[in-house]
Parts: sequence; structure tokens; C-alpha cells
Amino acid sequence: MNKARVVLRLDNITKAFGSLVANDAISFQLREGEVIALLGENGAGKTTLMNILFGHYTADSGEVEVFGDRLPAGNPRATLSAGVGMVHQHFTLADNMTVLENIVLGTLPLWKLGFGRAKAKSRILQLVDDYGLNVDPDARVGDLSVGERQRVEILKALYRNARILILDEPTAVLTPQETDDLFATMRKALALGLSVIFISHKLHEVTAISDRVVVLRHGKLVAEAITKETDRHMLAEMMVGEEVTPPKVQTQLVGEALLELKSVTTPDQGSAPGLKAVELQVCSGQIIGLAGVSGNGQSALADLVGGLIRPAQGTLMINGSDTTTWSPRAAVRSGIARIPEDRHKTGTISDFDLTENAILELYAQSPYSRKGWMKWGVARAFTAKIIQTYDVRCPGPETRIRLLSGGNMQKLILGRVLETEPVIVLANQPVRGLDIGALTYVHEQLLAARNRGAAVILISEDLDEIVALSDVIHVISEGRLSPGFERGSKTTAELGVWMAGHGFDESSAHAA
Amino acid sequence: MRLEPIANPTTQRTVGFPAIALISTVILTSLLAMIAGASPFSVLGLILKGAFGSKFAALETLNRATPLIFTGLAVAVAFRAKLWNIGAEAQLYVGAVVTVVLGTGALHWNSAALIPAIALAAMLAGALVLLLPTFLKTRFGVDEVVTTLLLNFVVLLWVSMLLEGPLKDPLAMGWPKSAKLVSEARLPRIVDGLRLHWGFGLALISAGMIWMIQTRTTLGYEMRAVGQNKEAARFAGIPVNIVLIKTALLSGGLAALAGFSEVAGLKGSLTLDLSPGFGYTGIIVAMLALLNPLAVVVAALFVAGIFVGADSMSRAVGVPTYLADIMLATALLMMVLAIMLTRFRVRWD
Amino acid sequence: MEILDILLSASFWAAAIRIASPLIFAALGELICERAGVLNLGIEGIMVVGAFAGWMTVFVGGGLWMGVGVAMGAGMLFGLLHGTLTVPFGLSQHVVGLGITLLATSLTYFCYRLALPEVTSPPKIEAFQPLAIPILSDIPVLGEALFNQTSLTYLAFALVVVVSLVLYRTPLGLALRAVGENPSAAAAQGLSVSAIRIGAVMVGSGFMAVGGAFLTMSAFNSFFFEMVNGRGWICIALVVFGSWKPGKTLIGAILFAAFDALQIRVQQTPIGADVPYQIFLMMPYLLSILALVIMSRRAEVPAALMVPFNKGER
Repeated sequence: MNKARVVLRLDNITKAFGSLVANDAISFQLREGEVIALLGENGAGKTTLMNILFGHYTADSGEVEVFGDRLPAGNPRATLSAGVGMVHQHFTLADNMTVLENIVLGTLPLWKLGFGRAKAKSRILQLVDDYGLNVDPDARVGDLSVGERQRVEILKALYRNARILILDEPTAVLTPQETDDLFATMRKALALGLSVIFISHKLHEVTAISDRVVVLRHGKLVAEAITKETDRHMLAEMMVGEEVTPPKVQTQLVGEALLELKSVTTPDQGSAPGLKAVELQVCSGQIIGLAGVSGNGQSALADLVGGLIRPAQGTLMINGSDTTTWSPRAAVRSGIARIPEDRHKTGTISDFDLTENAILELYAQSPYSRKGWMKWGVARAFTAKIIQTYDVRCPGPETRIRLLSGGNMQKLILGRVLETEPVIVLANQPVRGLDIGALTYVHEQLLAARNRGAAVILISEDLDEIVALSDVIHVISEGRLSPGFERGSKTTAELGVWMAGHGFDESSAHAA
Repeated sequence: MRLEPIANPTTQRTVGFPAIALISTVILTSLLAMIAGASPFSVLGLILKGAFGSKFAALETLNRATPLIFTGLAVAVAFRAKLWNIGAEAQLYVGAVVTVVLGTGALHWNSAALIPAIALAAMLAGALVLLLPTFLKTRFGVDEVVTTLLLNFVVLLWVSMLLEGPLKDPLAMGWPKSAKLVSEARLPRIVDGLRLHWGFGLALISAGMIWMIQTRTTLGYEMRAVGQNKEAARFAGIPVNIVLIKTALLSGGLAALAGFSEVAGLKGSLTLDLSPGFGYTGIIVAMLALLNPLAVVVAALFVAGIFVGADSMSRAVGVPTYLADIMLATALLMMVLAIMLTRFRVRWD
Repeated sequence: MEILDILLSASFWAAAIRIASPLIFAALGELICERAGVLNLGIEGIMVVGAFAGWMTVFVGGGLWMGVGVAMGAGMLFGLLHGTLTVPFGLSQHVVGLGITLLATSLTYFCYRLALPEVTSPPKIEAFQPLAIPILSDIPVLGEALFNQTSLTYLAFALVVVVSLVLYRTPLGLALRAVGENPSAAAAQGLSVSAIRIGAVMVGSGFMAVGGAFLTMSAFNSFFFEMVNGRGWICIALVVFGSWKPGKTLIGAILFAAFDALQIRVQQTPIGADVPYQIFLMMPYLLSILALVIMSRRAEVPAALMVPFNKGER
């Protein structure tokens, strides 16, 4: 393995954003035909490093060599033509164009007449064959599934004759089965002499596919190892820097049902499916985990419980009573704490200060306002209490929230919704993008809410997180909900089968 | 090139960039004055003198600022909630029409009852004019920029139709002009003998009230939340569409007050040249004031000063008055750029 | 039945095509900007600039095509200003657009007053003349309507075809559509989003200016204040009506112009005598609003329209 030539060399890459050093003198080499797993927590500097390699950022110092040639800084075009292809975590596809158009985009001189559709198509079909990447070149990208879109991204790189593939968290959006297909494609690529950098924080995937592991922590390269000579436990320790202990969950008696969905159907939202005749019961003192590949109806469920949409059919019962008028405000008044999926877009208003954000859901109630007049003093006191209780690190309540880190922003949201002692907690991807400290804190808060008798719904794409925290797991696929599985009654692989859409009772789905 | 947000902008930044914007506006204006064959210093001096150089000039500036405060407030209120009301011109004329309809003898009330009644009716009519585009926006997702712009043309034609038809003053000898308001409907002067009417006072009071609404009330909080992040506002339970409709009512009403105050305070009757684009200039006023209602008053005085000053400058040295519009357009563009630069750093990488 | 007579007459359709021509130029220009993700509200002012620049060039002795070129160049300069402010600096497209309309209009009027300080009636120029296309212009009705127009009208129609071809059949069009739909997609493929957007706004603004120039060089033959009279705003509505597609936008422009031509003619009939003329003049604007409402549900808006793109921000 070590005799293969070096195809990519990163030499002392350093990049700082203000006082934060995102990459601190990072060096490593990628050899022909190997897979390097780039392992690290969120915020460890993986994405920054790849953005430098790809020319989206310019490094403060250090250089990148591809096939022995130094890459000019800050030039994505040069990186592409040197043979580096990147599959971003967030797909970079234009929905209103076809697969073929997306693939040929940027590969031809702009001033050419025509783009040789027929020739391009036959080449794409050849690649589809060679790498087992099944997609129709003439389909509109907007109509494709997430897995198919990822294949288009890989095709884009291959079409440009990429010899080095960088995959940024590619499995986050895939079912375990789709992940296997992706690995098969990767192996075909390796056999054809390509090299791969695989970015992930999922240890079992790293051990399954990579030859070597490079671990980043707080912007520094902390370890480099041959995968075979390590194990998951060692990797986890290297990544986190301390012994990882899964949260301790004590079993407790389950109380009455606080939230019930009775055969609820909601309309589809564009390409995202709505709920299909969903039955769900969440009881006091229980965490219900909702597993599933993103875009399978999780948003519909979150929107429904959060008050943004109403059932088209069926009933939603809160605290044993039917919800006839249902709105976000009604949800808040019924004691539902909502932790939104996207804290930047829906959870907070970035140019508002902490106080204004803290009362976003409560401003219309006494004591925060009276007869239409705001009581800013009360609001500030409330915010100060949240900042103290939930350890929000900030210069003060008048700071604009956009200046806070993701973790502190999430703590403010937690404080805002938990401070009112909610009876139901709806946590939608509550730890996405958080570092390990904040993540642990959020999990502890969710468990604490459960332990004092709240009913908790946890939606996450991370199956490990679901398995670790949930008392009962439901799998959601294309808007259908699986029966509840008690803690420990199903393995991850079995849940994966459900996530891929198998096992659902077809008759009940059609009854919707 | 990349923009990087600055956590805590320095004072040099927050003052420096807007200052540079104003200075470069003045330089550009001077250049144009030179092209027009006049000395830039005399042109700028004449503008200043024409605007504030005498009691008469200053009063003229205050009078000119009055409708601009109203339309500036109308725009500031709407833009704060990201409701792009470019139709203040139409709302102004509708307010003026209502003033004429009610103020030319239809109601035989005394001043104390008649003036507030007319003002309220004008506000209501202006509000309704903006309600249609707002409804089209919330219900059908039609961009209100285009609809409010197009409605300006429709309303102006409608006013022209009224002035040649039912509202035409029979004594005006074929000129499209309405009858004069009865004296009970006229806004009195603030100080006897000084040519400044209570419309100006009303404008100042309105600015204060809007400031109170924006900073102290739940409606103000809602309007800012909707303007900053509609999605987060909806998620939090703020009734976005209702807030937009309330905003529209307020904004349309304020713009209509401009028409009311021009007719009842200054002109006494309605003609088709009542507004030389006060509705559009209100956008500049609001933007220069950074949408702050109190700053709108200052910005309106500045803008009115430039217009009044440019008129007298043009009479003196023959440089076209359009220089004033160029100056304001430049100030507007420079200022939005400057404000952005106070909050973001440009990085070349 | 007079209306039917009007609708069947060749002169009516010839007028409709003539009225449509400036709208076609300007709407195509707006379409190019919006397809690249930039709403250009400078359109109204840029049309004024184009009208003046084209006319002035001919007035001082330049050739007609030179006038078109100068108009286009002037429009592109304002496009450059618009693009620079809205694309790399990401300023509000609404505010910048309106500011540019104001700046362009006032600068034009300023220059006009400087050039011609004391004119009461605006001077005329020797403008584009109708050019009958042999054989085709002999076709009854259709021939006179379509093939006896000025060269600028033919250019407008040709431009629709060219813009369609570029948009859907060339790498450039692909890049343009990509930056308007998902700028990250273009950036990830090594394209410069800023360069493409600024370029699109410049070319689009150039077309708007030519649309304005049509008014002075092929319709009214002189320049006067407020001659654009909301045509720019109408073009924005036409682009929405045409679902951001050149062909449909062309149809929209012709339909709109036919309606405009019709109202002018109906005004002269006995029906028209009973109705105030302002009602007829309102129709184009009301019709535009109606078109926006009807098309709002079906339209496929470019996903990144009015969304600034800041490199490195996700």
C-alpha cells in the first residue's frame, strides 16, 4: 500500500477565522487507490480543510499538491481540472435542470455553441454502467430522491475525470442499505485507480471502508493511523479526546398519554411526503425516538405537533383533548416545547438580540406584554435567568444572537422552551452541528425533562443517537410510521431495514 | 471577494463609511455642476442658502418636508416588515381625493370635528389602496413591488378622470382642478403670520407615535420579527399575514395623510401636480433614515432642503433642477453601500 | 361589431407588433437578469437612458445603428452599477433597482436640459423606416402586420430566438440558469457566480436600453419627459406572465400590445366616446396586475431570485 504514489499532499495548512483557528498546521498525504477517512466531530475543522483544498477558502499558510503540482490558492476551477472531485454534504444541484445539464455544467467553455447533448449522454451512461450509479440522465433533478441526487454528484466528479474523490459526510442522508451501495461504488472506483477522502463521524463506517484514518480535533491533526490497527473505541477516544460515556438512562414507569395521533394524514409538501394514516402515542416520562432517512415525513410530523399544519384527516389529541383550533401559538399554550430543526432559519432571528429571541414565543402573553405594550424589563429578567440557568456564553442579553456559537444558540432555545416547564417536548435534530460538550448538555436536558414526567419526541437522522436515548423507537418512511419498538428490541440493522421502507403494513398505508 | 460579518463594528467604521458616502455624493454633484458650466462651490452654496438661508426659505423647506415625513414614515413602517410599498404616491392621491370630497362642503361641521374626520377617512382610504396588493401578496404570492408600482399609474389616471369629471371645479375654466376646501376643513397655521400649517405638527406627532409603536408595542415587535425572518416568526406563532395587513393599514394611512396635509394645509384644492413624486421620494427619505421613524424627520428636512435649495439655485445659475434628484439617488445608493460596509468586512480571497 | 372589424384589420396588428417591440427588448433584458437571480428594478430608468442616448446620438449626427449601440452601451453601464452593488455586495435588489431608476432618469433629464435648454417642442430625428420584406410582405393581413416593420422590430423578434437558443442550448445559458437556480451548484463546478450574474445584468440592462431606444428611434422619433411611462414595470409583469421563458414572454408582450392597440382604436368608436379615456389608459396596468395574479400559481420562479450569494457561506 505504501508503495503507491502520493496523489495528494496537504502541507501545513493553517486557517483562522478571527480568533478561532479552524485548521492548525495540518499535513497528510493521500496515496493512489486508498481511502483515507477524515474523522472528527462537528467543528473539528474537516469541512474547512476540504474547502481550502477545493479552493473555496484560501489558507493563511501552507500548500496543497495534487499529483506533484502545487495548486494555486482560492481557485476551485484549478482544483477541478487537477482531478479532484468533491461531493458536498449539501448537494450543489440546480433543481430545475436535468441530470445531464447539471453534469455538463461548467465543463465546457462558456462561449461554445451547443453542448453536445448526445455525446455527453453516452458518456454519462458509460459511467453509470462502470460505477453502478443508476440515474436517468434526462430526469429533472428536482424529481430525484436524495440517494439519486448523491449519485448525480458523484457522476459530476467522474465526468470531469476526477482521480481523487472527496466525500463530505455522504452517508448522513442515506439508509444503511444505500450506504452499502455507496460503498460498492467506492470500491469500484478504487479498483479503477481512484483515491478517496471519506469524511465522517460514524465510526463503524470508517472502520468498514477506509485504509487509513486521519483524526482532527479542535482544528489540529491529533492522530493518523492504519484502520486495521485501531478499533472503534480507540477512534472514538481520539476523536473526542476523552472517554465517551453514553448517557445513563434509568428505566421508569410510563404515565398517561399526553400526545396522540389517531390515523393522521397530512398533505405532501412538494417532494417531502406528508404523514400517511399515522398512529402514535407519546406518554408522560417517555422519550419516543423517530428514526428515518431525512425527507420521509419527519418535517410533516414536526410541523403537525408544532402547530404549523393541521391534520387533513384523523385527529391530534393533546393532553387527552381534541385539537380543533391548532396553531403554533396553540401548541405553545398547550405546553409543547419545540426545538426546531434549523436554529438559524426557524429557531432564531439572527439580527434580534438575545432578549428579543428569548420571548419570541411568549411575547404576546402576560407578563411579557400587557394590552399590546411590551414589558421589556420582564423580558430582560427572563433572558438573564435563561443565560444563567442554561449557561449561555454571551457578552450579555443585548448581544445579537447571530454572534453566538451554535451550541450557545441552542442553549438559549432550550432555555426558552424548557423554562416554562412544558409537558411535551418536540426535539427536531436537536444536536445537529453541535460540538460534543453542547451535544451532551442537550441530551441531559432532554433526559431531565423525561425524568420529571414530560413526554419527549426526538427526531434524528443519527440512528445511534436515537438508539441511545429512546424508550420507544418508531421508524418513519415515506410518511408511514412503524409500530413502536421497545428499547433494545431491535438491532440497528433491523431498524435499517425498516428505514429502507420494508416491513410496513401495506394495507394500513393504503387505507389512508 | 467575500463579505465577513463584523461582530462589534468600531465607531470609525459606523461613522466613517456613511460620511464617505455623503462626501462622495457632494463631489459627484459638484462635478455635474461643473459640467453644467457653474462653479461647484457656488452651486452648493446656493442650494444651502436657498434651503435654509432666510426665514422664507426655511419655512418653504419645512412645508416641503411635511409630505415627505408622512411618505417617509409610510415607507419606513412598511419596509421594516419587508412589505415593499412603492405605492405611497397612489395612497397620497387617494388621501387627497377623500379630503376634497369631504372638505368641499359635503359635511357642514365645525373645524374641530371636520378636520379629524377627514384625516381619518383619508387614512382609511389610503390603507385600503395598499390592502389590495398586500392581499394579493399574502393570498397569491404576487410581488407587491410591481403591483404597487402599477397601481400608482392607475390611481393617477383615476384622479385625472375625477378632476375632469365629478370633482371638477366649474369655476376653473376647463382647467382640471377641484373646488376649494371650505375654511372649516383647512388646517390652521401653527403660528399666526408664519406660512407653516399644522400638517407639519401632525407629521412630527406621527413620527413620535410610530417610534412608540415600533419600540414599545407588541405590534412593533411583530413587524420587526416578520421583516427580519418571516419563517422564524411564523414558527414562533406570530400571525405573519395579519401582521402584514396591519402594517399595510398603517403604511397606507400614513401616506394618505401626506395627501390630506398637502390639500388641507397648503394647496386648498386638488390638481394633478399635487405631488412631484413625494411617494417615490419617501423611499429615499426612509432609506437615508435607516427606517428609523425619528430619523425620518431629519432625513425629510435634508431632502426637502435639497429640493427647495436646488429650485432657487437653478433660477440663479441655470443648472437644471434635476441635479437635486441625481444628488438624492446617489446619496441613496452610496448610503446603502456604506451601511453594509459598516457591518461587513470585504475579504479578497 | 366594430371591434371585430378592428381585430381583423392589418393596420391593427401592425400597430400591435410595433407597440410590442420595445416591450420585447426590455422584457427579454429583465428575463436574462432574473434568470441569473437578479431582479432589476432599474428597468424603468434604464429605458429612459436608452431612449435618450439613442435619440441624442442620431440628433448630433450619428447613424441609426450607432444610436442603438450607444443606447445599449449606456444601459450596460447602469447594469454594471446595478450588478456591482447587488451581486458581490449583496445589497437589497429592491432598493438598488429603484435607486438606479431614479438616478438614470434624473441624469437623463439633466443631460437633456443641458443639451437643449430652451426647447418647447422636442426636435424630431430621421428614425428607422419600415422595411418591407419582399414576397412575405405581400401576404394579406399577416404580411402588412409582420413584414412591413422597421429593422428594430425584426431585431426584437430575432432576439427572442437567440436568447432562447443561448439559454437552453449553450453552456453559457446553462451557467446562467444554474446561478439563478442554485448558485452553489455553479460555484462547485468552478464557475464564478459573481461574474455570470454581473454579466447577465449588464447584457439585460443593455437590452432594456435598446427597448427604450425603440421609443425614440422607431416610434415617436423624438425624446420627451415621461415617455417610458411605466413600460418597464409592465415588462416585469410580462416576465412573470411568461414564466421566465422567452417564447411565452413574447406571446405575453404581443397579447398585451394588441390589447393596448385595441383600446386606442375603441376610444375612437362611439363606445369610446361615452367612457372617459382614462379608463382605457388604465387598462394596460390593470391587465398587468391581473396577469400577475393569474400566473402566480403556475409560475416557476428561479429559485435563487433575489438571493445574494456569498462565497464560503453555507
